[in-house]
Amino acid sequence: MAETQVMDAGEVRRALTRIAHEIVEKNKGTERVVLVGILRRGEPLAARLAEIISRIGEGDVLFGAVDIALYRDDYSVRHAAARTTRVPFDITGKTVVLVDDVLFTGRSVRAGIAALMDLGRPASVQLAVVVDRGHRELPIRADFVGKNLPTSRSERVNVHLSELDGGEDGVFIEKPEAAL
Amino acid sequence: MSVINFAGRDLLGLEGMSRDEITTILDTATTFSEVLRRDVKKVPTLRGKSVVTMFFENSTRTRSSFEAAGKYMSADVINISGSTSSATKGESLKDTFLTLQALTADLVVMRTPHSGACHQAAEWVNIPVVNAGDGTHEHPTQGLLDLMTLRDAKGSLEGLTVAIVGDIAHSRVARSNIWGLHAMGANVRLVGPSTLLPADADRLPVTVFTDLHAGLEGADVVNVLRLQLERQARALFPTEREYSRLFGVTKSALRVAKPDVLVMHPGPMNRGLEIGGDVPDLPQSLIEKQVTNGVAVRMAVLYLLLGAEG
Repeated sequence: MAETQVMDAGEVRRALTRIAHEIVEKNKGTERVVLVGILRRGEPLAARLAEIISRIGEGDVLFGAVDIALYRDDYSVRHAAARTTRVPFDITGKTVVLVDDVLFTGRSVRAGIAALMDLGRPASVQLAVVVDRGHRELPIRADFVGKNLPTSRSERVNVHLSELDGGEDGVFIEKPEAAL
Repeated sequence: MSVINFAGRDLLGLEGMSRDEITTILDTATTFSEVLRRDVKKVPTLRGKSVVTMFFENSTRTRSSFEAAGKYMSADVINISGSTSSATKGESLKDTFLTLQALTADLVVMRTPHSGACHQAAEWVNIPVVNAGDGTHEHPTQGLLDLMTLRDAKGSLEGLTVAIVGDIAHSRVARSNIWGLHAMGANVRLVGPSTLLPADADRLPVTVFTDLHAGLEGADVVNVLRLQLERQARALFPTEREYSRLFGVTKSALRVAKPDVLVMHPGPMNRGLEIGGDVPDLPQSLIEKQVTNGVAVRMAVLYLLLGAEG
């Protein structure tokens, strides 16, 4: 397995700080903004963005996490463990910022939007990701991007987060064995 | 714990299931409890899948909870009851199953008065078969929802002492509970008159008590079973009144159990017979939670069995 690091912990932190500022700027404050992470990696990312927004004095933003296993379009071809959605607030009328680690085909985000719609009727949905690696299969784009990363379809992009993986944050590109 | 892939498998009984397998189902069921608390209880997961429930015995909660589970997950649910099926015209069970398979059912849920009939049916068809109760053998989804309810209440099943009281010989619920609790590390007691204890009790991982007081002493949980009068060919106890006096789980009988003892009953209940009239309404009664968890467990079973392989 050949893994190349493309972002270190400092870069991830600065990217999230910038995204937090951009969320506040785009929405002219945070009055109606809530953050919902896509499980698993979107959850700690949403929590971190909420913490940064609070630290820069823009108020306390509610955050939660949504599971997309029940909304995937590949249920019949891929086994996915279901996890528990935790959105302990009403999203109706809110600006929901959906948060995920990597934006790739757009199918997870499609499922995430479908999952949100079953919980209420948001005024609008925005998308924040740490990495946009291209290769979209659906007309979906991110509003807030940590880093645009050109990749080949056969590579994997792994985002390590200290909350889930231990150690330091980082973003890595993994090349398939055959390419070595 | 490793997560187990159940795709394409049958669910015929809890006997022989591992702790990891049971834990996978309980964890999945716990995530589905969240869906049941939503305003809109519907997810699109099983869109395009068809589930057939076939009940050759009466049932309220099991059949309706399988139906609710399928519908909340957007599966198409077709209900067949024994009295309206071609079985009354003399069609064999095998032909009925082959017909259901030819009608492109993706999964069959069956309840039958015949122990072992679900195992037999599972050999005939290559779609998953779920046992919703076969005779006096097993009722695995009831066992799983009992395990889930207890795990929710206690955090873990390891080391709990669970007394199953009543008509155990005729109870498929008892058998599924025995195997499931055993796999999860709980200690199981069977309590009842010797005529209502299973003949093969020495083969089961249990301790047997024929005295209610001794059987409830120090118990963490009491699971009360109904007297299955419809399955009892002959008199196995003198009168219902005497049974109730000796084995009825009343408030005063519960005094010897742990102070925080939990009470369960798979339903339907006969208040004042096997369970004290006021016991189901005590704060430590889990009976209503059992019913709600039944839907979540059946959603998990459908999700896992109809899922993708690999």
